[in-house]
Amino acid sequence: MASKVIHALYTDDDVLMHAVKKVRAEHHHIDEVYTPFPVHGLDKALGLEDTRIAITSFMYGCLGLIVAIVMMNYIMIDDWPQDIGGKPSFTYLENMPAFVPIMFELTVFFAAHLMVITFYLRSRMWPFKKAENPDVRTTDDHFLMEIGVHNNEKELTALLWDTGAVEINVTEKES
Amino acid sequence: MASHYEAPIRKPLVLGDKGYHDVTVDIAAPVEGKANKHWWIVFTIALVAFLWGLGCIIYTISTGIGVWGLNKTVNWAWDITNFVWWVGIGHAGTLISAVLLLFRQKWRMAINRSAEAMTIFSVIQAGLFPIIHMGRPWLAYWVLPIPNQFGSLWVNFNSPLLWDVFAISTYLSVSLVFWWTGLLPDFAMIRDRAVKPFQKKIYSLLSFGWTGRAKDWQRFEEVSLVLAGLATPLVLSVHTIVSFDFATSVIPGWHTTIFPPYFVAGAIFSGFAMVNTLLIIMRKVCSLEAYITVQHIELMNIVIMITGSIVGCAYITELFIAWYSGVEYEQYAFLNRATGPYWWAYWSMMTCNVFSPQFMWFKKLRTSIMFSFFISIVVNIGMWFERFVIIVTSLHRDYLPSSWTMFSPTFVDIGIFIGTIGFFFVLFLLYSRTFPVIAQAEVKSILKASGEKYKKLRDAGKPLYEMPAVKGEVKKEKAPKVEKDNPDEKKVSSLLDTIGVFNADTETADDLKKVKGIGPQMEQTLNQIGIFTFAQVSKMTEKEYDLLDSITGSFPGRAQRDDWAGQAKKLNVKK
Repeated sequence: MASKVIHALYTDDDVLMHAVKKVRAEHHHIDEVYTPFPVHGLDKALGLEDTRIAITSFMYGCLGLIVAIVMMNYIMIDDWPQDIGGKPSFTYLENMPAFVPIMFELTVFFAAHLMVITFYLRSRMWPFKKAENPDVRTTDDHFLMEIGVHNNEKELTALLWDTGAVEINVTEKES
Repeated sequence: MASHYEAPIRKPLVLGDKGYHDVTVDIAAPVEGKANKHWWIVFTIALVAFLWGLGCIIYTISTGIGVWGLNKTVNWAWDITNFVWWVGIGHAGTLISAVLLLFRQKWRMAINRSAEAMTIFSVIQAGLFPIIHMGRPWLAYWVLPIPNQFGSLWVNFNSPLLWDVFAISTYLSVSLVFWWTGLLPDFAMIRDRAVKPFQKKIYSLLSFGWTGRAKDWQRFEEVSLVLAGLATPLVLSVHTIVSFDFATSVIPGWHTTIFPPYFVAGAIFSGFAMVNTLLIIMRKVCSLEAYITVQHIELMNIVIMITGSIVGCAYITELFIAWYSGVEYEQYAFLNRATGPYWWAYWSMMTCNVFSPQFMWFKKLRTSIMFSFFISIVVNIGMWFERFVIIVTSLHRDYLPSSWTMFSPTFVDIGIFIGTIGFFFVLFLLYSRTFPVIAQAEVKSILKASGEKYKKLRDAGKPLYEMPAVKGEVKKEKAPKVEKDNPDEKKVSSLLDTIGVFNADTETADDLKKVKGIGPQMEQTLNQIGIFTFAQVSKMTEKEYDLLDSITGSFPGRAQRDDWAGQAKKLNVKK
């Protein structure tokens, strides 16, 4: 279904922030904001919830630690215990100090890579993915606010001009 | 806005009158322009060195490790020296991007991209050495803990050499994703500016379809922060584990507990020196002096001075502990280093690493670009000698005086080392022409706080932004093209046919006033006709000049005399 949206472009992050606050104060729903760099406080102003990606990273790290422990316990203690340099392998706990480096490395490995993969998938980014920013200038110096039109085009455009938009486009969006 | 406040005492990190768009243009310039002669000369030299090294590697693998200068006493020499040297250099990149991020140091933003690139390229060089040293590199997968057909023989998880495998590969791969994640918005910037379809395709692929939604940025910042938090202990662990290769042995001179912190400090020391070497050249070649300022170089010099002094303390501590231990083998190892047949290596190390960074106490010297470059080279040489001293002088006179010997490298040893330097520079030079070498999105985010333009506005008590006064027209999709009621319309269209139409969606207008002979008035006229870019002007010939004259009716013959097309061509390349 095609829906009508307004694209308001701004050239300054401060103007954008004020605009976002004003538009939200007027009880309009902002569909999306595209910016060329991270504008601090924009997520709060838009009312976005905090990201939980750091929590996933912690869980992935725990997984990595468990994988390291299970792997080394199987290899060094269960499957083929050896007496290396007069230090026999009887229990995991006894030999654990020698395993700390690998336990650490695998924790970091899992936490970092799986978190980044989660980030790419959640933000829908992968090789050959087509970019979805509606205007190429949004990666340069323009900030774009996208608002859905529900028979209030005139009112919205007037409001957006007031907030300091430098350009306003009304387009049909496929979705 | 208060959030952009920065104490006036802080010097600007971005010099000149730079707005957001200027940052884009400056950082895209090296990618969009053509390589100059110097680049090709340096690239050719690096490539030749790389190929020479490749030849030596092939010779080593096909003939055997015996082609190196190793003997039964000195069984580790240049290979491990080079390995540790390259890994050490790699450390600065992660340190700059991760540790300085955690400390919220804004100056890292101009240099982190290149420092991380340096990290990845130098860890690649480091990784080559253990693999070549295996003698049969096609069996390199034996270091992985995989079930195998040789009975249940597993890798030995008690060995620091195996810890190295895990540490280095984790380090390389995590650095790579950290670097790439930061690159996505910058690749997207180049993608959205690209005019040629091939470029557009490549950068679309590289940018993974980065879009820049508010939510993406929120996640991006969180991911960067967590990665920095993970990379900080990781980078410390890597060189700690590299030092375990030595410290867990029973060789006098290696068997010391000071090795981990001392190696890490040395790694940061050599890494910052290499960053200085590379960036002092790059800021010049890529015209990035406004972003990589003298202040950046000064701050890096201070890090070099501090870490160099830490390394100096470690050297002296080592000597003291050797004496204090009362172990005569340990005492002899250190006495032999300083006064034995390898005294020159020891004292080169001392001079380069401990003495030379002390010059950085003087402000005049640490803000001198030439001097910084010189010291950075000296430090790199010194750190190579440090590893050579630790490895070769500890081995060459072991417990059994009958097997005492010297080490001399063969041409293959030297060739492989030079080859890795060549390979490193080949990668770095290719990077500097195809990647956005400065994290432009991050620089834009600090521009209002630390850019000279905005600092001046703030000092003058002026607002950092102005509300746009004029309200434009709402553009509807498929808006009809603006009809020009110009009598010369036919001429205009025939003119634009030959020189190309300006497309506002994909191109940006150039400042035509840069062409000598085009004033503000003329620029306006040209814009009215539809000429906005240097590319268009550069395509003009006599016929187009005449057409232009007949349309504008002003200054006939002017364009020919000033050779607008020629000038525009040059400007277009420079842009």
